[in-house]
Amino acid sequence: MATAVEPAAAAAGAGGEPLAVELKGITKRFPGVVANKDIALDVRAGTIHAIVGENGAGKSTLMKILYGVQAPDEGTIAINGATVELKSPTEAIRAGIGMVFQHFMLADNLTVLENVVLGAENLHGIGEAARTRIREISAEYGLRVEPDALVSDLGVGDRQRIEILKVLYRGARILILDEPTAVLVPQEVTELFEHLRELKAEGLTVIFISHKLDEVLSVADDITVIRRGTTVAAVDPKDVSARQLAELMVGSELPSPQTEESTVTDEVRLTLEGIDLAGHGTARKILDGIDLVIHAGEIVGIAGVEGNGQAELVEVVMGMRRPTSGRVLLGDTDITEAGVRQIREAGVGYIPEDRHRHGLLLEAPLWENMILGHQTQAPNVRGPLIDAKAAKAETERVVEQFDVRTPSILVTAGSLSGGNQQKLIVGREMSHTPRVLLAAHPTRGVDVGAQAAIWDLIKAARRDGMGVLLISADLEELVGLSDTIRVILRGRLSGEFDPNVVTREELGAAMTGAAAAGEEEAR
Amino acid sequence: MKFDVRKFGLGLAAPALAIVVALVLTSLILLAAGDPVLAVWQVLFKAPLPRQAVAIVNEASVLYLSAVAVAIGFKMNLFNIGVDGQYRIASFMAAVFAGAHFLPGWLNIIVSIIIAMASGAIWAAIAGVLKVGRGVSEVISTIMLNYIATYFVAYLLKGAAVKIEGSNATSTQVLAEDSRVPGINLEGLLGTGREVYGLVFLSIAVGILFWFILSKTRFGFDLRATGQSESAAVASGVNVKRMVVVAMILSGAVAGLVGMPLLFGQDYAYGDTVQAGLGFAGISVALLGRNHPVGMAVSALVWGYLNQLSNGLQISAGVSDRLVLIIQGIIVLSVVIAYEVVRRAGLRMEQSRVARELDARSTLEPKGATA
Repeated sequence: MATAVEPAAAAAGAGGEPLAVELKGITKRFPGVVANKDIALDVRAGTIHAIVGENGAGKSTLMKILYGVQAPDEGTIAINGATVELKSPTEAIRAGIGMVFQHFMLADNLTVLENVVLGAENLHGIGEAARTRIREISAEYGLRVEPDALVSDLGVGDRQRIEILKVLYRGARILILDEPTAVLVPQEVTELFEHLRELKAEGLTVIFISHKLDEVLSVADDITVIRRGTTVAAVDPKDVSARQLAELMVGSELPSPQTEESTVTDEVRLTLEGIDLAGHGTARKILDGIDLVIHAGEIVGIAGVEGNGQAELVEVVMGMRRPTSGRVLLGDTDITEAGVRQIREAGVGYIPEDRHRHGLLLEAPLWENMILGHQTQAPNVRGPLIDAKAAKAETERVVEQFDVRTPSILVTAGSLSGGNQQKLIVGREMSHTPRVLLAAHPTRGVDVGAQAAIWDLIKAARRDGMGVLLISADLEELVGLSDTIRVILRGRLSGEFDPNVVTREELGAAMTGAAAAGEEEAR
Repeated sequence: MKFDVRKFGLGLAAPALAIVVALVLTSLILLAAGDPVLAVWQVLFKAPLPRQAVAIVNEASVLYLSAVAVAIGFKMNLFNIGVDGQYRIASFMAAVFAGAHFLPGWLNIIVSIIIAMASGAIWAAIAGVLKVGRGVSEVISTIMLNYIATYFVAYLLKGAAVKIEGSNATSTQVLAEDSRVPGINLEGLLGTGREVYGLVFLSIAVGILFWFILSKTRFGFDLRATGQSESAAVASGVNVKRMVVVAMILSGAVAGLVGMPLLFGQDYAYGDTVQAGLGFAGISVALLGRNHPVGMAVSALVWGYLNQLSNGLQISAGVSDRLVLIIQGIIVLSVVIAYEVVRRAGLRMEQSRVARELDARSTLEPKGATA
């Protein structure tokens, strides 16, 4: 179907039909930083247009401008040939622009119908008319959305289709999708792309933001590359390879997480035995019979769709939650009942999933953040007193060694970029030479440079004989770094996958529970 | 240590702004009420007489203790509104014990003060335990405990009171001469017979201890971390529940000291005429002083100054001295707003400064980048 439509769309664009979206000279400054600089973007009507760029390149700011969330300082926006000024999302919707956010904006305790009409009650009411309209849209674009289903019963893929339906319901003809594949497993991605092609076939325009290049190449009609806040190239996917695209994105060669030869020893560092964690009320278990062993010099990667128990698993090991049953052993020591501080003192380093909530005091200076989590350890304290001088010297050293870009160790942690905050956390945990390192999404939301640096640090930790538990949603990262990969699904761990031979499809199947292959291996 | 001028300036900007706003708004209120604006400010901005200066210091020393008690809670996002109840209970217990004269002289004073701290701590701990164990907001429980304390003490006072000939006032046994803390006579310096409370040194000591524990000890670090981000504190190994109880106990112990300068330096007994509302004034003083040991000292003096000079309003300007309560109320309201504004401005300024400095560095780097 896609191939049948493409030439027609291309011809229409070439034949003088106005562009769906035309941005000229868009510039947006934030205090001290230019987020967007002289952006030029031409989106032909009835096409899928991908915008690619690494984290922090300015994609999100650009889309917020297009969706009326932020006003540009300079430049013009033209929709279907007419110059417009978008002062709010309401005006953007009126101009026919709809946005599907990366993090779904759905109320779990409401039905699909209720979620869709919320805030758009004046279009078709909240009753039968709205239900009919939802069914119509669903049928028209093949979205398979059931208006009376409860959102909490639905999976991630369903929720995303509801989000798409929501913007269609509001009359959008131009859809912006912000990193729509970030939360999906490979099979769901394929399905999403089918839907996008369907939308295109109906004459809608899709703007698709991503940094996953093979996806972009498979679905987009046109690609615009953003680097350091400005558009650096507009390319035809037929003319470029993923490699070339990557180089356009980064401006140099892309790093990849390659493991060196195995350093796994037979010294057991961390053991989980039959860990159960009960859910609230009668809900199913959050963690269900988790058995896991990590050796010195080994990286065990945990793959899985978010919300399958990864976060809770980390919290159990860190002592922030008590398992309902089962044991956690650090070396030979039982730490099941130990507190967070004891566990940290015993040599467990922790790179939390959400660095702002769990890893940093954003309004405290860097050197105080270096103490955080190690309040009882050298060189931060002398008896019951904080040794500020030693802590500051240590911070200077870590900032230097781990390449944390900051003008001073006295600035607050909140004033650093995400990548530098993360490097500070990694440096802090590493400098206490932990026996076991828990790394939850260690490179999430950091730029490519910092990502490569963090990968190197984790590899170095492994060489030094640490046992590392790596939790990530990035399959490339998992395959590249891990010695062993396990998949977590509904609180259960699959069997072991060898990262050298496993395919993305096999992992994806295990992540959704679709195939028996993973299960067989598990038993 | 490098002195950060910008940080210091930002620190002063908010309270200064708040006081200016309060002056302007109060003038508008006076105008609306048809009262003499100029006359009021002339009274309030007169240099205090020596006798008033001493009274200001005395009042400030009491308010400061109350403010520190509140600030301990504030530092970890606990809102201890119960300082009022805590110091009532504590003052009463100390007055009863000291009045019994089991111990001689200074020993009697010291043990009584310890009893005051313990009583305040226990009363505050109730709120802490309720919060940790049952999830009861400390705001609600401390307000309720204030009421309970007021009536509980009134009830106990009936039983403990001693009759004084020719007076309707009920009060505990008056302290003997040797169980009083002598005042500091500044006759030679200021030319007034009025004495500064001897226990002004207690306030100073508490302030120094507050500063030391919060900024120099591990415990203080844990407490501040919990206040800044509870989730990060938990992940760093702080036992937040224990911390809540400990912070409430410390706050209550300091609250227990609030009545001590009055008991040992002025009233010498606890009676139904004892000064009320010091706990609430402490909240205002802590807010204006940004929970900072020196800031709170300054704001306690400002509060004392306003209170003392308001006495002249009725006579000299024909305006009720309650006007000062309005001024103080506006100061607190504006200070809360001003701090938030200044805090956000500060964060933004720092963010852009860091970005700018890094930018400047990266454009310089190519020249020496070969290294």
